[in-house]
Amino acid sequence: MDKLGVVITALAAYALLISPFATFRANRIVPGDPVGLLNAVATPVNGLVLALLIAIALLALVKTSVIARLVASVVAIVALCLAIGLAAQHLTPEGNSYARVAPASGFWLLLFAFALMATDALTRLQPPPGVRILALLVTALGIAALLKSGSWDGLSILKEYSTRAASFWREVGTHVTLALGSLAAATVIGLPLGLLCHRIRPLRAAVLNSLNIIQTIPSIALFGLLIAPLGWIATHVPGASAVGIAGIGAAPAFVALFLYSLLPVVANTVTGLAGVPQAAVDAARGVGMTLWQRLTKIELPLAFPVILTGIRIVLVQNIGLATIAALIGGGGLGVFVFQGVGQTAMDLVLLGAVPTVAMAFAAAVLLDAIIDKVRMQA
Amino acid sequence: MKLWWSLGLRIIVFGLLLAFLLQPYWFAPLLKPLTQNNAPAIYNQGSLLSLTLSHLQIVLIATVAATVLGVTLAILVTRKFGAEFLALSRSLVNIGQTFPPVAVLALAVPAVGFGEKPTLIALFLYGLLPIFENTLTGLTTLQPSVIEAARGAGMTGWQRLLKVELPLAFPVILGGIRLSMVISLATATIGSTVAAKTLGEVIIAGLLSNNLAFVLQGGLIVAVLAVLIYDSLSALERLMARRMGA
Repeated sequence: MDKLGVVITALAAYALLISPFATFRANRIVPGDPVGLLNAVATPVNGLVLALLIAIALLALVKTSVIARLVASVVAIVALCLAIGLAAQHLTPEGNSYARVAPASGFWLLLFAFALMATDALTRLQPPPGVRILALLVTALGIAALLKSGSWDGLSILKEYSTRAASFWREVGTHVTLALGSLAAATVIGLPLGLLCHRIRPLRAAVLNSLNIIQTIPSIALFGLLIAPLGWIATHVPGASAVGIAGIGAAPAFVALFLYSLLPVVANTVTGLAGVPQAAVDAARGVGMTLWQRLTKIELPLAFPVILTGIRIVLVQNIGLATIAALIGGGGLGVFVFQGVGQTAMDLVLLGAVPTVAMAFAAAVLLDAIIDKVRMQA
Repeated sequence: MKLWWSLGLRIIVFGLLLAFLLQPYWFAPLLKPLTQNNAPAIYNQGSLLSLTLSHLQIVLIATVAATVLGVTLAILVTRKFGAEFLALSRSLVNIGQTFPPVAVLALAVPAVGFGEKPTLIALFLYGLLPIFENTLTGLTTLQPSVIEAARGAGMTGWQRLLKVELPLAFPVILGGIRLSMVISLATATIGSTVAAKTLGEVIIAGLLSNNLAFVLQGGLIVAVLAVLIYDSLSALERLMARRMGA
């Protein structure tokens, strides 16, 4: 018997027998009625889905090949995703545009249980970086296909989307620009700064300590505090407002994210360079390499995986932190999260939160794969 | 000499923080230039002291819960019967870290309602990761010879854990707790967006009324608390590490 299988089967049993699969609400803010899987999907598909999920949960119990477990868990996840779309179509009364159908705790628990099974299989298989990136791509394409096909259109989160499709994509654009732009700026400034800290010892403690202190300032306060200096620059420096610097909006958010990003980049550059073996540097000097050659041909390539790890930390952190920008009018997906919290409309919260989590997760998988690839080559 | 100087600096910072929390109006003239249209310079919709205490309380509860679960889980997966879960738990921790705090907070609201609870859940989940990770590192990087010696001396698995492994790993575990607490202190401010009583209330009030003095005082109190806690836990860590003979 598989120990993790016991956990997965117990979770799935609880989700299938006790928790509701979907929630039906007459409109977007009233409390909902729980609906079980059998009632949520039309017969005979409901029985089929139920039998399939039970079979896979039981399969988790027995020790089988890792590949079989991976395939089974992926099949279960796909079945769940299709079933929730069918539930939305089945439960929504014909022609009623106010009714909302959302996934309920049972759906999320089942998703968690089978995702756990898939994660376990993937952890044991240890696929090479290329395969991981491919799997990420296939998953993204699968989700895109589901969205395009319209099978999820009855779900409440997509109804929220359809009423604000234009602003959704604009906020996604802002979100990505904030996260990636501040990362780019932090890399351009942080790399040379880390290099300087590596070369000049007294500078190291001072720079790292100040960057550490910036990290302790809560994000909402830092975002807010930058409003004043940027507002001053916008009104007093000629041309500043023309390039988009303003006291309120995206500019303070960008600067705050940049400041938070500096520490991981600088600290990892310093650690990476410090980890370069002295023998390698000496050998490079021995063959007559100049300072610049040693740096670009020996030190930076050897330190690269560690620096890349810093960039991974920053990217994942920035995608999450960019949601805070909405609090100071900086836009991004946080707009939907905070609007949803304000209106107690959880579907709207999901519209902001789910893409954020998905982007952070994809960024982590992608960069982890790249880091592993680079390490293998080094 | 240097020791006294740094100790003195810490006492002054702590003293200033206490003075600000107990008698905030003494500092009003300093913050006044940041306000516009005669807005109040000191937060006046509640006591800064009680908000700070409630902030610390939330962080403390979340950290204690995260420590208990994080350390227990790390112990379980490093024993023989839990070894199967070691790799999986590592991947889960990695995945967990990609969830943004705001998302966790907002998604916890439908399950537990507004107030302190969603904040506690978000802080707990966030705090769990560094503590689990560090305990795991501490327990898996012990010198095999030490464990062998303990086994040779006839210690049972339980005795080895309590008397050898945990004490040796303690400084690293403490490092995880420190990291987790500093993250929680800052993250707790976001809790105010879902109506938790934390210092975030002061900052958000400032953002809403365009009062920079509020934003600054809320942010500074949290930052000073974080620096002081970080600092004292680091000192404790060094003391412990020295005791372990490292």
